[in-house]
Amino acid sequence: MTGPQTDFPAARASTPRLLEVDDLYVEFHTRDGIAKVINGVSYHLDPGETLAVLGESGSGKSVTAQTIMGILDIPPGKVTGGRILYQDRDLLKMSKEERRQIRGQEIAMIFQDALSALNPVFTVGNQISETLRKRKGLSKSDATRRAVELMDLVKIPGARARIKDYPHQFSGGMRQRVMIAMALALDPKVLIADEPTTALDVTVQAQIMDLLADLRRDLNMGMILITHDLGVVADVADRIAVMYAGRIVEHADVHALYKKPAHPYTEGLLDSIPRLDSKGAELATIKGLPPNLMKPPTGCAFNPRCKYAKDICVTDVPPLLQLGDGRTSACHFAKELLDGRL
Amino acid sequence: MFRYIVRRLLQGVLTFFGATLIVFALMFAGGGDPIQALAGEKPVTPQQRAALTEQFHLNAGFFQRYLYFLKDLFTGNLTTYTGRSVFDSIGDALVLTGKIALIALLFAMIVGVSFGIIAALRRGGVFDNTTLVLTLVVIGIPSIVLAPLAQYLFAIKWKIFPVIYTPDQPWTSLILPGLVLGSLSLATAMRLTRASFGDNLRADYVRTATSKGLKQGRVIGVHVLRNSLIPIVTFLGVELGNLMGGAIITESVFNVPGVGFKLYKAIGLDDGPTVVSIVSLLVVIYIVANLIVDVLYAVLDPRIRYE
Repeated sequence: MTGPQTDFPAARASTPRLLEVDDLYVEFHTRDGIAKVINGVSYHLDPGETLAVLGESGSGKSVTAQTIMGILDIPPGKVTGGRILYQDRDLLKMSKEERRQIRGQEIAMIFQDALSALNPVFTVGNQISETLRKRKGLSKSDATRRAVELMDLVKIPGARARIKDYPHQFSGGMRQRVMIAMALALDPKVLIADEPTTALDVTVQAQIMDLLADLRRDLNMGMILITHDLGVVADVADRIAVMYAGRIVEHADVHALYKKPAHPYTEGLLDSIPRLDSKGAELATIKGLPPNLMKPPTGCAFNPRCKYAKDICVTDVPPLLQLGDGRTSACHFAKELLDGRL
Repeated sequence: MFRYIVRRLLQGVLTFFGATLIVFALMFAGGGDPIQALAGEKPVTPQQRAALTEQFHLNAGFFQRYLYFLKDLFTGNLTTYTGRSVFDSIGDALVLTGKIALIALLFAMIVGVSFGIIAALRRGGVFDNTTLVLTLVVIGIPSIVLAPLAQYLFAIKWKIFPVIYTPDQPWTSLILPGLVLGSLSLATAMRLTRASFGDNLRADYVRTATSKGLKQGRVIGVHVLRNSLIPIVTFLGVELGNLMGGAIITESVFNVPGVGFKLYKAIGLDDGPTVVSIVSLLVVIYIVANLIVDVLYAVLDPRIRYE
C-alpha cells in the first residue's frame, strides 16, 4: 500500500490532466484511535469525461471528494500523504484563500440530500445567485436574472416564479435541480456529484442522471460521479473506479468492467444487481461487513469476505496490477479472474 | 398570518380573564380582614366597619365582587385602600422594572450570544471550558447569594456602581441590579447559543456554502447565524416576560421599588386590588411577548407558516 501508484504512467507526462488524485492518504483521528480511511487512492479526470467512483458506505469515496473540495473536517480528518493536482497545481499545497478561489469556480460539488444541503431559511434564488453576487460582483438584478437562466438550464418549470420559493417548497427532484443550478453558477470545469440520486425515487433518479449527463456534455465539464449503485452509472460513466476500504481495488473502462470484472469485490457488486431475467431467484449479496478501518485485516482488506481468498491474500497486500488499456486491479488473482480460471 | 394573530389575541383575552379570576379567587380565599389590615393597629368602630364594608362591597358574593373589580379595572377607578390609584403605583414600578429588565436582556443578548458563538467556534478550547464552568456556577448560585455578593464586590469594595437604587441616578444605579438579574439569563443564553450554533456549524448546508467558495465570515455570519438565531430569539422573548415579572430578591437587595418588590409588599398587606392588578398586567405582558416571539419565528424560519 505504499509508493506512488499511477494509472497511466506513460500518458501523465505528456498531457496535463484536468484533475488528478495521486496516492492520497487520509486518516481520521478519533477518541477510539486512528482510522485510515484513504490508503493510497489515485485517479484522474480529463475534460468532458465522467468518472464513476463506486463503493459501499465507508469505502472512502466521499472522503476523497471532500478532500479534493477542501471541505473535509480537519480535525478529525488529516491528509497524511499524496497530491491532488488541478491543472497541474497541487491543491494540498495551496493557501486557504487559493483553495477557496478554486471551490465553486473551478471545482463544484453537489450533495446527496438536497433538503439538508440547501439552507432552509434562504430562497433558492438567493442561494443560486449568492456566488454571482459575492464572487463575481454581479448586481442583485443581474444575479437574479442569471439565476433564472440557471434554473431554466436545469429544467425547473416556471423558474421566474419559483425563484422566491424556499427549498422546502420544492419536490425532491426539483431540489436536486436547484442544487445543480447552484453548483453550475460559476461555470466550473469539474463537477463532483456525491450520490446525487440516492435520496430520490427511481423515476426521478433517471431524470436527474440524464440531466447531469446532458449538462456534462453541453458544458464540457469533467464529472466525478460518486455512487454505491452500479445500476445508475452504466449509461453515464466513461470509466469506473471501485473503492474498498480506502483503496481503489479496480479501475476500468465502463464496458470492460461490466463485461468481466477483474476484482472479486466488483464481481460481488455486479452479482448483487437485481436482474429481470432472474426473477424469483434469491438476490446475491456480498457476505460479511465492511472492514473496521481502525483495525483493517492483514493482507488484502477484502479477504475476510472473498470467496476466492487464499493464504497469500491474508499475508500480502496485493499490488495494483496493470491489465492493459488503463485497467488495474488490486487482486493477487486478477488475471486468473479475468480469464475465468478461478 | 393576520388571522393567526387575531386568533392568538382572542385566546389571550380568554387567558387574561382566566388568570385574573384565579388570582382574585386566591386572594379571596386567603381570608384575613382587609379592614383591620387597612386600619393597622388602630381599633375600628362598628360604624366605620359598616361604612367600609359598604364602600368596598365586602358583603357581596364572590362573582359580584369579581365583576366590581373588573369594572373598576377597565374604567381606571381601581384604588388601593389608601385611595391612591393602583395604576399610578404600578406604573412607577413598571418603569423601574422595565429598565432593569432591559439592561438584563441586553446584557444577556449581547454578551451571552457572542460568547456562545465564540465557544461554539472553539469547542473544547480554553474559552469554551472556562465559560462552561462559569455559566454552571452562575446557574447554580441562587440570587439571594449572588445579589448581595455583587453588591458587596462591585459597589462597596470596588465602588464601580452605586450601592442601592436612588431616584437621582435613574439609570446608573439600576445597572448593577440589571446585570445581576441578567446573569442567569446570560448563562442560559450562552449555553443555548453554543449548542444551537454548534449544531448548525456541522449542518450539511454549511458544507454546501463552503463548497461554493464563500468566505468563512459569510458562511458563519450569514448562513450559520441566521439558522442559530431561531431558538435564541424564542428564549430571549420568553425571558423578557420573566424579567418583567420583577425579581423580588434582587429588587429588595438594591432597594428598587419595582414590580416584584410591590407585589411582595401588597401580598403582605392583603392589598387585593394591587396584587390582582399586577398579576393581570404580567399576564398581558406574557401574552404579548409570546405572541411577538411566535410571529418572529415565522419571520426567521420560512418553514413555519401559521394558518
